[in-house]
Amino acid sequence: MSKYILNRLLIAIPTIFGVTVLIFVAMRVIPGDPLQLIFSESTGVYVLSDDELAAARASLGLDKSYPLQYLDWMGDILSGDMGSSFWTKDPISAMLIRRGPISAQIAVMAVLLSWLIGVPVGMLSAIWRNSLMDQLSRVGITIFIAVPSYWLGLLIILFTVLVFSWRPPITIIQLWEDPLGNLSMTLLPAMALGLPLAAGIARFARSAALEVLYEDYIRTARAKGLTDYLVVWRHVFKNAMLPVVTATGLALGGLLGGAVSVEKAFAVPGLGSLLVQGLTERDWMMIQNLVLIYGLIYIFVNLIVDVSYAFLDPRIRYD
Amino acid sequence: MSHSKVLLPDPVDKKVGAVIDPPSFVRRMFGATMRFVRSSPIGAVGLLFWFIMLLLALFASQIAPLDPLEANYGAIRQAPSALHLLGTDNLGRDVLSRIIYGFRITLIVSLTSVFLGDLVGFIWGIASGYLGHRFDLISQRVVDVLMSFPALILALLLLVVSGAGLTTVIIAIAVTRIPSSTRIIRSVVLSVNQNAYIEAARCVGASHMRIMVRHVAPQVVAPILVVATLNLGGAIFAESALSFLGMGIPPPAPSLGNMLGGVLAAAFRPPWWLVVFPGLAITFAIMAANLFGDALRDFLDPKLKQRID
Repeated sequence: MSKYILNRLLIAIPTIFGVTVLIFVAMRVIPGDPLQLIFSESTGVYVLSDDELAAARASLGLDKSYPLQYLDWMGDILSGDMGSSFWTKDPISAMLIRRGPISAQIAVMAVLLSWLIGVPVGMLSAIWRNSLMDQLSRVGITIFIAVPSYWLGLLIILFTVLVFSWRPPITIIQLWEDPLGNLSMTLLPAMALGLPLAAGIARFARSAALEVLYEDYIRTARAKGLTDYLVVWRHVFKNAMLPVVTATGLALGGLLGGAVSVEKAFAVPGLGSLLVQGLTERDWMMIQNLVLIYGLIYIFVNLIVDVSYAFLDPRIRYD
Repeated sequence: MSHSKVLLPDPVDKKVGAVIDPPSFVRRMFGATMRFVRSSPIGAVGLLFWFIMLLLALFASQIAPLDPLEANYGAIRQAPSALHLLGTDNLGRDVLSRIIYGFRITLIVSLTSVFLGDLVGFIWGIASGYLGHRFDLISQRVVDVLMSFPALILALLLLVVSGAGLTTVIIAIAVTRIPSSTRIIRSVVLSVNQNAYIEAARCVGASHMRIMVRHVAPQVVAPILVVATLNLGGAIFAESALSFLGMGIPPPAPSLGNMLGGVLAAAFRPPWWLVVFPGLAITFAIMAANLFGDALRDFLDPKLKQRID
């Protein structure tokens, strides 16, 4: 098992290298350089003389050659220095520590919610195939897979505003400071993200359970006199979980990306809205490092998904 | 069919192969469509919705009751009425007309980005799967890197580099579709490689290029069609989300996504019709694409299900 994990980690290294190179190249393809872009957009408000521009460039290390700039960046990242926002001068790492937990919490809650709803719905729908419940859940799945998560978020806010005259708070309340206040700001975004995900999970759980239900070992389990409950719980559920884990892993990219727009819909001050803010303000250091963070999170989470397959399915470990 | 017909080349078939005879081509397409409709009525409903959307987009200027860009400050945020069936927005523009024109952008962006992205995936997947060895090894690491970004984040990165606009949105979304379609096509090609006719073609001295074009590519056409239709929903979502974030299609051009941007911030009592209708339009478009894609997959290539899921 540990050999398998080590192997996976080693495979991730060249990918991470490629990710950093791609981001670096993309950020340098911008015509001129990042400063040029910032100042050409706000010429009316913020005009720097050529000397000042050159000084700013030197202070950011933009006057060096590309390979040197890349090495500088990597050195900074490895030593934990993310630089600071170009406009507010706030250190990016401090913003990450403040906003990261909120985004992570919403993502985790969304996944939990999707499992809580999706797995039982999918399993029951498979077990009672073609029943009314199955028909209804299939319609629900078809609808919710198509619903954009950020629009669901807008609908939820619209509903709470029109019915309860209540808007979710937009300040940062950490879970350990005020659990209730924290839930009031994270629960609804988690729902908006989690319900479409639940539909995807239910679909996978249903088709996985349908396949398992016709396996020989299920007939054997029935034949030896296990109750329906035990057959489902011990045999069907356990064997149908692998595709569900796969589905969750596949959905995580969509979840991370979708979270950006959901955070925008709810005005949640998380990582996603920080990225959007960086993008609209052309805060290139922030964009560069946040996109890297998103890439790293995604690679890391996929690694965990890979490892959990191996944990759930011994056949993969020995491949 | 008699034996002689199987063994001897049929002159009529040869003629059809050389020049597509229009009436018979239309008849064949019609026949295939009817078989598809019979095999999956729900998929046909999806196709029908896309057909209606296409008509709305093509004839938007005739169908839309009002100009989608014309502001009317005398009619700001009016609830749905006989004059404005779906209400008016913060600038008094007719929401229904904007949605009809919005389908134009939805269709242009989703169809072209999926076409471009999957065309690259098609070629790349065939080359990678058929050539194998070093080309496969190295080029698949590039796919790994592209796959390491959540699609929307990669699109945002590309858009901040290239600037928001119709062309750049299409390219950004196309790039996010490349890695997964490349992988799927590659896996199909790997199994096509096992066929004896590939080996036979090698033996008679066919070049790699010829084998890829004449023998491998035709086997991968059905899978890429299925992948492309299944990608349509994702592309529609991506365009709407990017535009919603203000990084996609810039206003005032009506895109279903940018119509949803900032609708709740504008007023103390948010106008529900501004939230509900554009979102419903997006949802229906995605749902129709999904239903059609699923049905097409079952129709063309049931085996593909495992590879995509």
